[in-house]
Amino acid sequence: MAKKQESTTVETTIDSKVPAGPLAEKWSNYKAHQKLVNPSNKRRLDIIVIGTGLAGASAAASLAELGFNVLNFCIQDTPRRAHSIAAQGGINAAKNYKNDGDSVYRLFYDTIKGGDYRARESNVYRLAEVSNNIIDQCVAQGVPFAREYGGLLDNRSFGGAQVSRTFYAKGQTGQQLLLGAYSALSRQIGKGAVKLYARHEMLDVVVVDGRARGIIARNLTTGKIERFSAHAVVVGSGGYGNTFFLSTNAMNSNASALVQMYKKGAYMSNLSYCQIHPTCIPVHGEFQSKLTLMSESLRNDGRIWVPKKKEDAEAIRAGKLKANDLKEEDRDYYLERRYPAFGNLVPRDVASRASKERCDAGYGVGNTGLAVYLDFSESIQRLGEDVIRARYGNLFQMYEKIVDENPYQTPMMIYPAIHYTMGGIWVDYELQTSVKGLFAIGEANFSDHGANRLGASALMQGLADGYFVLPYTIQNYLADQIQVPRLSTDLPEFGEAEKQVHAKIEKIMKIQGDKSVDTIHRQLGLVMWDFVGMSRTKASLEEALAKIKAIRHDFWTRVYVPGLSNDTNIELEKALRVADFIEIGELIARDALMREESCGGHFREEYQTPEGEALRNDEEFSFASCWKFNGEDEEPILLKEPLIYESIKRQQRNYKA
Amino acid sequence: MWLIDSSIGRKLIMSITGIFLVLFLVFHGTMNFVVLFSAEAYNAIAGFLGANWYALVGTKLLAIGFVVHIIYAIYLSFQNQKARGGESYAVKNNQKSVEWASQNMLVLGVIVLGFMALHLFQFWSKMQLVEISHKLGLDNGGDLALAKDGAYWVKHYFENPVYSVLYIIWLVALWMHLTHGIWSAFQTMGAGGNIWLPRIKVISSILATLIILMFISIPVYFLLGFSI
Amino acid sequence: MEKSINITLKIWRQASPKAKGEFVTYKLDKVSTDNSFLEMLDILNEKLISERKEPIVFDHDCREGICGMCSLFINGHPHGMDAGTTTCQLHMRRFKDGETITVEPWRSKAFPVLKDLRVDRSAFDKIIQAGGYVNVNTGGTPDGNAIPISKLAADEAMDAASCIGCGACVATCKNGSAMLFVAAKVSQLALLPQGRVEGAARAKAMVSKMDELGFGNCTNTGACEAECPKNISISHIARLNREFLSAKLNS
Repeated sequence: MAKKQESTTVETTIDSKVPAGPLAEKWSNYKAHQKLVNPSNKRRLDIIVIGTGLAGASAAASLAELGFNVLNFCIQDTPRRAHSIAAQGGINAAKNYKNDGDSVYRLFYDTIKGGDYRARESNVYRLAEVSNNIIDQCVAQGVPFAREYGGLLDNRSFGGAQVSRTFYAKGQTGQQLLLGAYSALSRQIGKGAVKLYARHEMLDVVVVDGRARGIIARNLTTGKIERFSAHAVVVGSGGYGNTFFLSTNAMNSNASALVQMYKKGAYMSNLSYCQIHPTCIPVHGEFQSKLTLMSESLRNDGRIWVPKKKEDAEAIRAGKLKANDLKEEDRDYYLERRYPAFGNLVPRDVASRASKERCDAGYGVGNTGLAVYLDFSESIQRLGEDVIRARYGNLFQMYEKIVDENPYQTPMMIYPAIHYTMGGIWVDYELQTSVKGLFAIGEANFSDHGANRLGASALMQGLADGYFVLPYTIQNYLADQIQVPRLSTDLPEFGEAEKQVHAKIEKIMKIQGDKSVDTIHRQLGLVMWDFVGMSRTKASLEEALAKIKAIRHDFWTRVYVPGLSNDTNIELEKALRVADFIEIGELIARDALMREESCGGHFREEYQTPEGEALRNDEEFSFASCWKFNGEDEEPILLKEPLIYESIKRQQRNYKA
Repeated sequence: MWLIDSSIGRKLIMSITGIFLVLFLVFHGTMNFVVLFSAEAYNAIAGFLGANWYALVGTKLLAIGFVVHIIYAIYLSFQNQKARGGESYAVKNNQKSVEWASQNMLVLGVIVLGFMALHLFQFWSKMQLVEISHKLGLDNGGDLALAKDGAYWVKHYFENPVYSVLYIIWLVALWMHLTHGIWSAFQTMGAGGNIWLPRIKVISSILATLIILMFISIPVYFLLGFSI
Repeated sequence: MEKSINITLKIWRQASPKAKGEFVTYKLDKVSTDNSFLEMLDILNEKLISERKEPIVFDHDCREGICGMCSLFINGHPHGMDAGTTTCQLHMRRFKDGETITVEPWRSKAFPVLKDLRVDRSAFDKIIQAGGYVNVNTGGTPDGNAIPISKLAADEAMDAASCIGCGACVATCKNGSAMLFVAAKVSQLALLPQGRVEGAARAKAMVSKMDELGFGNCTNTGACEAECPKNISISHIARLNREFLSAKLNS
């Protein structure tokens, strides 16, 4: 398979439309020279926005404020439930309120470095530039950020940075930022500038004469297939973490919009970059539906260990031995052992891989053997239970609620889980995909985090795209569209797209097989986790591709969807999404197989330093992969956007000393 | 008009009339309490409440307050019933912190109202009503001399333990109505925040209890075998 | 440690908003007590699907207690009997072996049932659309530190703002009142200088929309506070009353 890839790789130049000029002036230059749409014309232009998360809601609200007609879609019952709401930690901004040496450049630099030098410089710089406006905007909306006694905004520090630049609202920053964007969106809905379509799922993009001109959506309550036209389509539908079945994503988070865009000509980029979070509550059994994240801050005072002897681990798994029974000398504090300088505070990917390594070697604990201990006993002895309670009380409580064990007395059990996906739809500097008039924002696009995302940067990117980037760049496109009258949905392209959607649904409904959608999705998730998970090899990825092929076959011959297609049908919704997860899963594996290096959220066992660290290959792989759809059952074509670093010198990450 | 067509406006009316009725109870209760110590003093106070113009104005105001409180209570309950929707829960429980009284204010109100009819018949119709009728030249068969001797009627009825017990039941219902009603009125009028809310609750409970203790002391006094 | 129980479920099934609903009884054996309540329903649905029956429709999404999508009325309590907990955070270890569990949808005039246990809560969106925001456009806002805000006010605003819009307050209120929901938003914005500016107009607009949508009148029973998965205090309702009354008296 790898052989074939060589032949399908076509070196085509990709135009990322990065403006000219020095890095720090690119965005100002762009704004100064871009085309704008005058107010009277804005009223005549319709924009479809898919998704109501941080990116979608902020974009829909901001575009409507400018005067465009916005149609906003979400699959939940209200825009406020988008999964951005679950982000805990905070949002970064280069305010330098702490006088600790922060600046736009430093935020830019940390983000690029954190992303293991696989992001586009100009985009990241712009992100750092607008980060400050986001904080101002959110404060003005009434977001109750944490404050100091003097009444000014408080900051906390977060991994991957030497400054305190993270703004937060308790442990619910995502919720508060989303509710801020939701309130701005609600204001526009109230004014009639945004038309909201809740419980609607986009099932296809309609492209007319090479431009995105609308969508086909399914009303999830009635099952009716509906057509919507617009002058541009913006997708902020989130990431593809649920390809792995178990992730920290919400149950309904899906990647179908990405697959539809891909099949209409948008490039899929860097899918192999999947972020795995080390401190999640482990899987308890077969029917686990999702994984719960616990804040990384736990690693500040907890020590991670597994038994030193295999027989002890086996006894613990069998319930014959308890963690507390093990003597100090029988415990293996493997992070402290392997990384003396950073110890338990190594970055997410390093910590995650290390725990998988121990569990795979047979030292895992818990009844599944897929867990390691996070032990607070030493901290409790040193600082007292009250201090630990003050720091982590709510997390301990959450853990106890889920696991039914008191973490003050017995060590917590943790295991890594898929948390965020850096890859996505390729976009240029204007956030436009390779299809004209089709834009991707937030986690749905591939842009700003490179191969690995730093904590508190996802919220920043989603809001930057929606509030401060897209509302400008989309005008550069729409300025040429003012002569285009409102499109009729009776065009043959709409008819054709709707027919395809109907056909796909009919096909699924007719299979009437013997496997439930979830069964197949679980199967896919297991393959993804075992073969395309935290550490990958050429062999594992090739095996994954074969297995995914089999799963795809299973799906299209054996899936069973009860009920009717023209009614609320939760199984049909899931089936349509799983069909697309299978496509995405294959693309992830393909991307990972192609990328013969290790970087950030992509670790190939063949490419590591003698100490077991990720080994990048800047000579050959300093590019963003762009997979171009080449027809059903055909291998996609790989295009490459070279990543050129003008302001930054690349370095190897090192957390040992 | 927002006092009629907004939910908070309607609740404000309930609160104001409620507080007004509480003030009346404070006065009435204090007056009653006197009877335990001196029948003459009691009769002297009651004398003010005969067919004097201020007493009549007060009575009318009081009656209006009652009527408005009751009409709004029925109106609000009807609306609330409607807001619940057609289907009711097959199983419905409450957390322990939810007071029973708060969930049953209408029921308590109806009990209070029922006993009040008895009370009006036993006392008001024998006292103020007789005086009014007399002044208007109408004769409802009441004895004017007895109308001025409230203490006689107190003794007359409460010496019968059945009435004492009935009054105690009534007052307990009223007490429950008040334990919720008083703080709830303050809450509706917008008093209190996260610091004052628990304080208002405590103060209201004390007030409600004091009022009822003053009232209830009389039937209890008689039940214990004492007399005035 | 892992244990399993056998349970009987009485679940409300209703084909469509207009259709007549009824309770259907299901038996489920050997449910691991480590499962969450929603995972137990997943298992039941898998079982129904394997019997070629239609699964039970219920709303859920994040399964970590923050999105507000889950809604079930379990054994007489919204989100089950535990205080400060959403349905997705409820675990089967809270139930006894052999127990019968009754599961109903939210019931309120303003939340019509769509299918089975799923209800339409768009009335909440309409209330927010009526005024649950600060009138600022994107861009042109002053520096985040331009106006100091006391930590106490910011923290209290945060407590109010932690509302997840699940509707448990309405579901449990014997009056079907949405006062706690409305109060949480009005109070949050009234406590912050940015929202204070439009406080009066906001309170009037949101209360009037709430009344129009058919929610009941608050009688301060406190059931909402007791069942709120985010423990939002009814002291915010006092603030809403204050805001509304002073707005009305001054207009």
